Amino acid sequence: MANTSSPATPSLLYRSTWRQNRKTVEGIQKAIAYILLTFMALVYVFPLYWLVVTALKTDSEVFLVPPTLFPANPQWQNFLAATEYIPFWRYMGNTFLIAGLTIIGTLFSCTLVAYGFARIKWPGRNILFLAFLSTIMLPSQVTMIPLYITYRSMGWIGTIWPLVAPSFFGNALYVFLLRQFLLSIPQDLSDAARIDGANELGILWHVMLPLMRPALATVALFTFVGVYRDFLGPLIYLTDQDQWTISLGLKMFQNQYGAQWQLMMAASSLAMLPTLVLFFLTQRTFIKGIALTGIKG
Amino acid sequence: MTAISLPRRARMTVSQWRSLRNGLLFVSPAIIGLAIFTIWPIAQSLYYSFTDYNILQPPYWFGLENYEDLLKDRVFGIALSNTLIMVLIGLPIHLIFDILMALLLNSKVRGLPLYRTIFYIPSITPVVASAIVWLWLFNGQYGILNVILRWFGIAPIGWLTDPNWTKPALIFMGLWFGGNTILVYLAGLQDVPEEMLEAAELDGANALQKTWKITLPMISPIIFYTMIINIIGYFQYFSEAWVLTANREGAAGGPANSILFYSMYLYQTAFQQFKMGYASAMAWILFLIVLVATVILFRTSGWVYYHAENT
Repeated sequence: MANTSSPATPSLLYRSTWRQNRKTVEGIQKAIAYILLTFMALVYVFPLYWLVVTALKTDSEVFLVPPTLFPANPQWQNFLAATEYIPFWRYMGNTFLIAGLTIIGTLFSCTLVAYGFARIKWPGRNILFLAFLSTIMLPSQVTMIPLYITYRSMGWIGTIWPLVAPSFFGNALYVFLLRQFLLSIPQDLSDAARIDGANELGILWHVMLPLMRPALATVALFTFVGVYRDFLGPLIYLTDQDQWTISLGLKMFQNQYGAQWQLMMAASSLAMLPTLVLFFLTQRTFIKGIALTGIKG
Repeated sequence: MTAISLPRRARMTVSQWRSLRNGLLFVSPAIIGLAIFTIWPIAQSLYYSFTDYNILQPPYWFGLENYEDLLKDRVFGIALSNTLIMVLIGLPIHLIFDILMALLLNSKVRGLPLYRTIFYIPSITPVVASAIVWLWLFNGQYGILNVILRWFGIAPIGWLTDPNWTKPALIFMGLWFGGNTILVYLAGLQDVPEEMLEAAELDGANALQKTWKITLPMISPIIFYTMIINIIGYFQYFSEAWVLTANREGAAGGPANSILFYSMYLYQTAFQQFKMGYASAMAWILFLIVLVATVILFRTSGWVYYHAENT
């Protein structure tokens, strides 16, 4: 007993002082981390706070120097005024229509393509997958002009179709994400269904789709945010004012009524709401999705 | 023997053929998409880049003239150098800042979901809406940034009116939009095995050594990935600068074109002046630059450490 415990004692002692040191060091580190994080969080929140606060000011209060940190008399009607200043609801409707159609197209095409790349073995699939994946690295400027010319000859300029149509032909990043997901599903499941006489579409529909729901939700969410934030696409193609998305509408609004800061801020706050609400409702899916893909930031 | 093996081999081929057919059918949207939205347009834009083309008249063969003109185009030179400055200075600042923020978030603080949400939110709000707020924050006269500087006795800065300050202003604003990358790094950091860090600590490594020798190498594949994706994104930098500087007439680029970026000039050339040939030449040069940058990144990626999990 004594023989075995004697070599153990110093090591135990060492361990406990090590633990204590580690605890104090960790404590200090944590305190610094909290201070820095809280400071940074305030810096990050401030622009959004300032957005809402400015939206609630009167025309003259906006230009006070030094500015008031909180509106003396919150002008809630500014939000209503902003929705009337620009055809806010029409722009929102347009944006949601484009987003909805794009989500349908993306889910449809990416599911099929991912299944073909993940669950069916055929010669050449890896090379084709890599070729498809490499399109992520292609600057969109290279294809922008020929596509514009093609759409123009089809009479699609001034319609939402140039923004929606490509989604029906697969998106490399989302195919990658869904393929990863499909690869993780055991082969036995497909084999069992195949023995029962199911064909590939049947397996996809009855076996895979129910399992894929969380991954598909991630794709739908990111697609929505992508469409909602897009500016260049609508700027190029939506030449007709009635088709404008909320992003495009906001920019035009700013060019036209540049001095009405409080109304611009009100309109911008309202424009931020859909993605914010969506984020708070589906935080987990979002965070998981980011970890999965590391989507461009 | 042959009587048994022949039909078997034939059956194999049939099932192989069937899976080839099925595979191609399933991925056919991608194949068609690749052809009509990528490969064919790339070829077309190469052709247009050698032509004079204003859409209304058919393209007129120009040879290398567009490329020669670009070499002499002063505005093109400005747009290219502005973009390179953003890639070479703005992007490293952005990535280093994001890594530091992720390390901070990874220090096992309570309330992580709240902090995470706060840093992430700017990257899902519409760019235009956020840029409009920044336009107001940057305002020389009434903007809160200059008000704060005045408290510290610093003279107001012409964030968006002084050509020397426009790029720093943009980089600063870009950090605010970068929450997505922070979360990507954070996800990577959370996968670094705890035992590894503890072992290093027992060997007497301090926090800095642990970060430098273990944590960063372990997330180096993620750093590499974000570098590739962001370098491509930075070469296409458009929306933020456009929203901050474009006026009603569609002129953009800020004072002295100090934040006129490559894709902004390309957009103006193609969709405001309808010089499609000239813009296609610009697009192809951008394509080649991005390609070279990517190849350089891959060639110099010796620092990326791939940790084999099961060995």
